[in-house]
Amino acid sequence: MTPDPATKGGFRRWFDLQGWAQLVIGLPYVWLILFFLLPFLIVVAMSVATNTPTAPPFSFGGEHPLVNLGAYERVVTDGLYLRAFLTSISNALVAAVLCLLIGYPMALGLTRVSKGWRTILLMLVILPFWTSFLLRVYAWMGLMGKNSWFNGLLTEAWNLLVPLDWALKSIPMMQTNFAVVLVMVYTYLPFMILPLYASLERLDPTLDEAAMDLGSRPSQVFRDVTLPQSIPGIIAGGMLVFIPAAGELVIPTLVGNASQPMIGKIIQDEFAQARDWPMASAVAVALLVLMVVPTMIYSHYQAKAEGSK
Amino acid sequence: MKRNSTFLITMLCFGFAFFYIPILSMIVYSFNASRLATVWGGFSTKWYVSLLSNQQVIDALILSLKIALVSATIATILGTMAGIALARFSKFRGRVFFSGLVIAPLVMPEVITGISSLIFFILLADWIGWPGQRGFTTITLAHITFSMVFVTTIVQARMIQTDRAIEEAAMDLGSRPWQVMFDVTLPVISPAILAGWLLAFTISLDDVVISTFTTGPGSTTLPLLIWSKVKLGVTPDINALATLMVLTVGIGVIAAGIILNRAEKRRLAEERMAYRSNA
Repeated sequence: MTPDPATKGGFRRWFDLQGWAQLVIGLPYVWLILFFLLPFLIVVAMSVATNTPTAPPFSFGGEHPLVNLGAYERVVTDGLYLRAFLTSISNALVAAVLCLLIGYPMALGLTRVSKGWRTILLMLVILPFWTSFLLRVYAWMGLMGKNSWFNGLLTEAWNLLVPLDWALKSIPMMQTNFAVVLVMVYTYLPFMILPLYASLERLDPTLDEAAMDLGSRPSQVFRDVTLPQSIPGIIAGGMLVFIPAAGELVIPTLVGNASQPMIGKIIQDEFAQARDWPMASAVAVALLVLMVVPTMIYSHYQAKAEGSK
Repeated sequence: MKRNSTFLITMLCFGFAFFYIPILSMIVYSFNASRLATVWGGFSTKWYVSLLSNQQVIDALILSLKIALVSATIATILGTMAGIALARFSKFRGRVFFSGLVIAPLVMPEVITGISSLIFFILLADWIGWPGQRGFTTITLAHITFSMVFVTTIVQARMIQTDRAIEEAAMDLGSRPWQVMFDVTLPVISPAILAGWLLAFTISLDDVVISTFTTGPGSTTLPLLIWSKVKLGVTPDINALATLMVLTVGIGVIAAGIILNRAEKRRLAEERMAYRSNA
């Protein structure tokens, strides 16, 4: 079947048999290659370029023609970058674990309420996801500030519990890693609850009953029956929280400690302030490599979960 | 086991309080008369008045809506095509690569997507002289790329659920492939397409990180305006703006949820009717 656009009939036949499908596949394909893959490959190439005081500020010549690994060398040796990676990973990890500890009982509770309530409560879980991310972060800036009612309440509780000489006027929450983790938990909690709910909802309640009949206490039923079956949901939720949290830029900029920057901020600063494009690109590539590991664990479990369905 | 333990109920209450207390607090404080955003100084609607007369805010809102409308529409077209391609064309050259290309933007940290788009646009302007200035066009292009894959995910999931037999029947009755798509496939998956468009629209309307990188002088979207303001701290007029946005989106999402839910119920009922009359 050779396409023959010269005759109308030929073109029509070609279009129906092949052209139509090629259009449907080709348009999004070309778009993603042009506007996603190509820019990304440019960043990868940029990461081995040499920083120069020109505009645009890079070159592939000079002392290290074509491949200059200097930026990567700095990523591994300069404490600034290592510390930023550590801060990012630990904040994201703590946030993911806290999301799991809060989200798991919530998801389990959701599977056990009546059907009418479940629809409403699920809607309430999803609703914050549709409202502005930036404004949800902002809402916490209001709560954590020195003079807010929330901070005041926490301060009073603190002062009641501790000896007098530890008493505080207000709790310093803003500009700390605590604030970063708290807001991450707040904004990413739906990402944990939804996959957990999906995997818990599929469980067969008769298994629980069987375990109960065989003499298990509720805590044992949970440990031996419910928990092992929900591991795919735990992994999925954990990755959905960890991956965006580790690369987060907005939250640490607004509520975080400027002297302990996370990696997203470093990338932006290298690019915009230092005008060192190769360095910014190298840090970006390093972050991505770091993300590949959890993503692969995630897709491994996803494939497994789909296989078992 | 329908019985819910006290612990789970407590956690649900705690969780929803955690979700909604910050938002409620923000709404309450938007009616605060005091200039200090966190100290209560009596009831007032003056921040709403000053907000609605602020031309900067209105311009930013209009720009954001324009970008969201254009980018969501194009993203929905491209994303739907990709979703149909992945669900229906089981064999084509580079399918594995294509499906990877559709997932990658979902897991790529936004900072990296933003910085690679910016470098790409700067170099492109350097090489071919376009885009001459960053702003509406570059933000829109970046938003399309970023949000189309979300549409693809939704459409693809829906396509896998739908029955291929109707499409095959239309083919057998002599429809040409593109007619099958427009007359059969698209109407059947229209709720998914609508959901995808809504998601793409909100993603674009909400985006800060990618917009920060791809914007240019004079092109301030609403999130960028809020971003530049909140970096300096909490102010009462942002509380008012946040309240308006949260209420608009909340009402919109609930309404859309009810409409989609009804359409879904009607579809299921119709399907059941059709099967019954066949039997």
